[in-house]
Amino acid sequence: MLLERRRDGNRIAAERLSFEEARALYRDADFHELGGMAHAVRLAKHPEHFVSYVVDRNINYSNVCVCGCRFCAFYRPPGHEDGYVLSKEQLSQKIEETLALGGTQILMQGGHHPDLRLSFYEDMLHFIKSRYPIHIHAFSPPEIIHFSKIEGTDIATVIARLRAAGLDSIPGGGAEILVDSVRQKVSPNKCSAAEWLGVMEEAHRQGLRTTATMMFGHEEEPEHRLEHLFALRDLQDSTGGFTAFIPWAFQPQNTGIRRSPETPVSYLRLLAISRLVLDNFYNIQASWVTMGPKVAQVALHFGANDFGSTMIEENVVAAAGVHFRMSVREIRRVIEAAGFRPRQRTMAYRWVEGGE
Amino acid sequence: MMDFEGYEKLGIGDIVRKVVASDRLNMEEGERLFACPDVVALGSLAHWVRTRLHGKTAYYVVNQHINYSNICVNGCRFCAFGRKKDDPLTFQLSLEDILEKVRERRQDSITEIHIVGGCHPELPLSYYESILRSIKAQRPAVYIKAFTAVEIAHFARLEGISPREVLLRLQSAGLNMLPGGGAEVFSSRIRKLLCPEKLDGQGWLDIMRDAHGLGIRTNATMLYGHLETPRERIEHMLALRRLQDETGGFVCFIPLSFQPTNTKVNGSGGPTGVEDLKTMAVSRLMLDNFPHIKAYWVMLTVKLAQVALLFGADDFDGTVVEEKIGHMAGAESEQALTRDELKRVIREAGFDPVERNCFFEKVEP
Repeated sequence: MLLERRRDGNRIAAERLSFEEARALYRDADFHELGGMAHAVRLAKHPEHFVSYVVDRNINYSNVCVCGCRFCAFYRPPGHEDGYVLSKEQLSQKIEETLALGGTQILMQGGHHPDLRLSFYEDMLHFIKSRYPIHIHAFSPPEIIHFSKIEGTDIATVIARLRAAGLDSIPGGGAEILVDSVRQKVSPNKCSAAEWLGVMEEAHRQGLRTTATMMFGHEEEPEHRLEHLFALRDLQDSTGGFTAFIPWAFQPQNTGIRRSPETPVSYLRLLAISRLVLDNFYNIQASWVTMGPKVAQVALHFGANDFGSTMIEENVVAAAGVHFRMSVREIRRVIEAAGFRPRQRTMAYRWVEGGE
Repeated sequence: MMDFEGYEKLGIGDIVRKVVASDRLNMEEGERLFACPDVVALGSLAHWVRTRLHGKTAYYVVNQHINYSNICVNGCRFCAFGRKKDDPLTFQLSLEDILEKVRERRQDSITEIHIVGGCHPELPLSYYESILRSIKAQRPAVYIKAFTAVEIAHFARLEGISPREVLLRLQSAGLNMLPGGGAEVFSSRIRKLLCPEKLDGQGWLDIMRDAHGLGIRTNATMLYGHLETPRERIEHMLALRRLQDETGGFVCFIPLSFQPTNTKVNGSGGPTGVEDLKTMAVSRLMLDNFPHIKAYWVMLTVKLAQVALLFGADDFDGTVVEEKIGHMAGAESEQALTRDELKRVIREAGFDPVERNCFFEKVEP
């Protein structure tokens, strides 16, 4: 049965996997076969052979955070001498550099700052939107929940106010593993799985598109990864608001979790099973930031159809000691060498003029 | 179970049937493998062959690399290591320097010392003989794998004797094995473009034949991903396969992923991950008389080398303390892995790590 499936991407895509089937595949399927099946589905979904990428910059407006997640090497607790909040001048400079490099969006995320009110973020969005023609992809669900607590108002109101101030879409960060028993171990002060999904549901309801991530390879079991995928698939069935899924492997250096990093073999398996389970997700991203350009390129044959971002700036993974760099030219070269056509996209997965 | 129908659709069903029947692949079939767009399907086939030969074993060696000098008369354009004699960045180790490096690791249970360097314009053969004798005196149980065929030819020219005589003298001084370097790609078109001063392909093969004839086993390499065509890669592999048929003296084939930084080869960004894995898989499929194929992590990165174990490779190379040649060309991999790290990365890729010596004999650590 598996071999027949391998040959026919349309058929695999048409037959939704049950949890049991997914578990059997993830546990038992041969490495190449799993990759081949994922690739067949990917080709059925994207027969035109494009691989997309986005030119953007991560801007971390602050590293001050009250969460203290054990897997994080980026945050500083309130009062720490290395804590910072970016000024408007710093924001402007970063955005101008991004636009000068052909960037179309900024990905803005930060710690859970204990003192900043929602008006601070609204002001930041207004400031950016009044000056720059740039897409703002900002504030992961845990930040939005944090804002709502600080402000004493509900999630729907926070999202509506941010949206009115210029927010264009919401990044899928902070999902980690969407299983509460795992979250209690690695990020006990962060929102629950249901809360994370609730923010995304509300955002989709208000017409904001979002991405979804998974950070794996810390203290979860393989089955938890599948639970995560199925939770995303269920929500996507009801809202259709997710544009892409982005799994990435936990990088342990400088964090409170001691273990060796997940291998690329395990990364590629996870990517492939994601493509097979998430039949209602159009796009799956490879992560060169954590896996390096060579393995990320190979990931284009294990289910990924998107090469992610040029990451003009990236701070969070770098804080965990991983420093890969790629130029637009190198990204395009690698995509072509894998047998695909590179094409620049926006966050909403629309093609950028002249980006072919 | 082999997915014949899938391979049929990719246009390589006939090749797969030959592989399964242990029939030998020819030039045209090798070119079709390189042209196949499905790298995972190729990997699966190479993995099948690799598993038939080695099961779930992946080998590693605990070794030491010593580069005695970077002074080189050749000036190959792909090399970021070699320097002309008047360059301020040259180095040359004295016998005492080398022995100090050996002493630094006397507590480590290494089984192999790997020594290579540039083609030095003046050092006499006696210098190399004394290196071998002194190291053997200090660590008699360690095998010395030293001097590429290119260096052997160079020594012969300087000394005014035949390469065979050079090999005999080095052998009696303690040389156990030759590394496979300097092969690059044998194509004379490529050598004219990239390394016109270097020993030609036929010369390289002749020295290996001499070495094998004297009972000195060797490895073989191929530097790929610069200006060569897939056909030139296959020609290279077939030349090695013919000599291996004749002598049986090759132990391991090592595809070397070209590192472009700091070299004079323009217009190439170096091979990408997919090309690395494809070359690994095709090597395993073409070189049916080579027992071992190495994923040299120094060039591939540790991460891709782990994946390469599923694309035909069965060896992860070694602990490699102080590697200079790949790193001066911009290789971003670690300088060294410990024995425990090697075992871990092999195990985590799904294989059983087995420590070996340079002849691939199992070692009990």
